Amino acid sequence: MKKLEVKNVSKSFDGNPVLKDISIELKRGELVCLLGVSGGGKTTLFNIISGLLTPDRGQVLLDGKDITDQPGHISYMLQKDLLLPYRTIEDNAALPLLLKGVKKKEARLQVSPMFSQFGLEGTQKKYPSQLSGGMRQRAALLRTYMFSKDVALLDEPFSALDTITKSSMHKWYLNVMQQIQLSTLFITHDIDEAILISDRIYLLSGSPGEIKGEIIIKEPKPRRDDFNLTAEFLEYKRKILTLL
Amino acid sequence: MLKRNIPSVTAVAALLIIWQSVCSTGLIPSYMLPSPIEVMHAFVSEFPLLLENSAITLQEAFIGLILGVSIGFFAAVLMDSFNVLYKAFYPLLIITQTIPSVAVAPLLVLWFGYEMTPKIVLIIISTFFPVTVGLLDGFRSADKDAIGLLRSMGAKRTQIFRYIKFPSALPQLFSGLRIAAAYSVVGAVISEWLGGFGGLGVYMTRVKKAFAFDKMFAVIFLISAISLALMALVGFAEKKCMPYRNTDKKGENT
Ligand SMILES: Nc1ncnc2c1ncn2[C@@H]1O[C@H](COP(=O)(O)OP(=O)(O)OP(=O)(O)O)[C@@H](O)[C@H]1O
Ligand SMILES: [Mg+2]
Repeated sequence: MKKLEVKNVSKSFDGNPVLKDISIELKRGELVCLLGVSGGGKTTLFNIISGLLTPDRGQVLLDGKDITDQPGHISYMLQKDLLLPYRTIEDNAALPLLLKGVKKKEARLQVSPMFSQFGLEGTQKKYPSQLSGGMRQRAALLRTYMFSKDVALLDEPFSALDTITKSSMHKWYLNVMQQIQLSTLFITHDIDEAILISDRIYLLSGSPGEIKGEIIIKEPKPRRDDFNLTAEFLEYKRKILTLL
Repeated sequence: MLKRNIPSVTAVAALLIIWQSVCSTGLIPSYMLPSPIEVMHAFVSEFPLLLENSAITLQEAFIGLILGVSIGFFAAVLMDSFNVLYKAFYPLLIITQTIPSVAVAPLLVLWFGYEMTPKIVLIIISTFFPVTVGLLDGFRSADKDAIGLLRSMGAKRTQIFRYIKFPSALPQLFSGLRIAAAYSVVGAVISEWLGGFGGLGVYMTRVKKAFAFDKMFAVIFLISAISLALMALVGFAEKKCMPYRNTDKKGENT
């Protein structure tokens, strides 16, 4: 069942083509990764899918319905953490609830049990400037989670984390995805990360961005702990490197 | 806090001592430059009168400030929401800011008479600009990506204003307010000078006619003290409204 479908999307900025005829899809519960060089138009594609940008051509469909140009249907974690500097971490995390009209007290009550899961205990009353880069990123992820749509776009969500925290966030995220039937499209520069957690990987070439290839990771989920040391893993990696 | 102020306090004290010694030696006749002690005496003996007149001046300053700030706020919001209005009025705002309020004040007296109206109008005119311009620049400084984030969460325009634009403009709003607070007292005094029935400006013209230099100095100090107090009030409100600004340095070690 197709959850999200991007059909023949093209976009240029001031005459420079950035995306050329992109068609990708995301099935329910799937985690799909977009891998590509810097400046290849990945963020631009996310801005189009989330409805922040209008494509020159093409459509975005959610559950078969056209949502091109309509923000508000998809959880989107932008590349910058964009925590509001003048709000405490709990009020930043509660922002999606506040926007929906939930009262402040109630919204704080709803986010507070999530803090330990995101490794953010004790930061509720702090301001973003008081947190480390990795903590800020997790706070931004928590905020995205609180928006609770069933499709999530994550633009380099774990890039500021160390390897150990990253791998525990991966486990946690895959678990959450399963529990709430979340479908995720995410961007990364990290090939290992892409192979480790994705069901499928789209390879995007640069200027203009075009889908170069699609790689299906057949390894069943949850993945074994030593998957990244296996021959299959290296085989996937080699394939990606030759295609990029 | 106290330590930081030591140099400035010392400088002021030194200045007062020099002033006092210049007067005590009779270098400058006391009817032209009264000594600090004489000024203190004048301040104490005139205190009831000064208080009475300050009340009038402060009342005008507050009414004018509140109206000026509110008008400035609405003007800024309107100009920010409708780009046409921004394009039409922003240059005009900047141009009108170059007209000194002292030049307009006599006109206002001719139009509105000697009551409170011309004073309040002058204060509105002079406080509205710094607030409007500060807010407009603040609104424009709001992070485009943060606005995108809120849009992606389906936020309405009013919510984007409340959660992003307004808080982003707070620092500029407070700089504008600080200027406006100082202008409001000066504006009130100037327009009282030009005609009125009470207030520190009227008191000033009276003591000037009597060549009472000591009282003149007393009222000058009082006016600057009032301006400083108002600005301190704005600074206090600023700290209260932006607690996150005080945490920046402490945050480094967490
Ligand atoms: N609003 C815009 N106006 C003009 N050009 C833009 C705009 N947004 C992006 N671009 C250009 O489009 C190209 C793709 O940018 P994009 O941010 O989508 O790349 P990316 O794949 O996300 O890169 P990275 O991996 O570094 O984040 C870049 O050359 C960028 O300069
Ligand atoms: Mg990007």
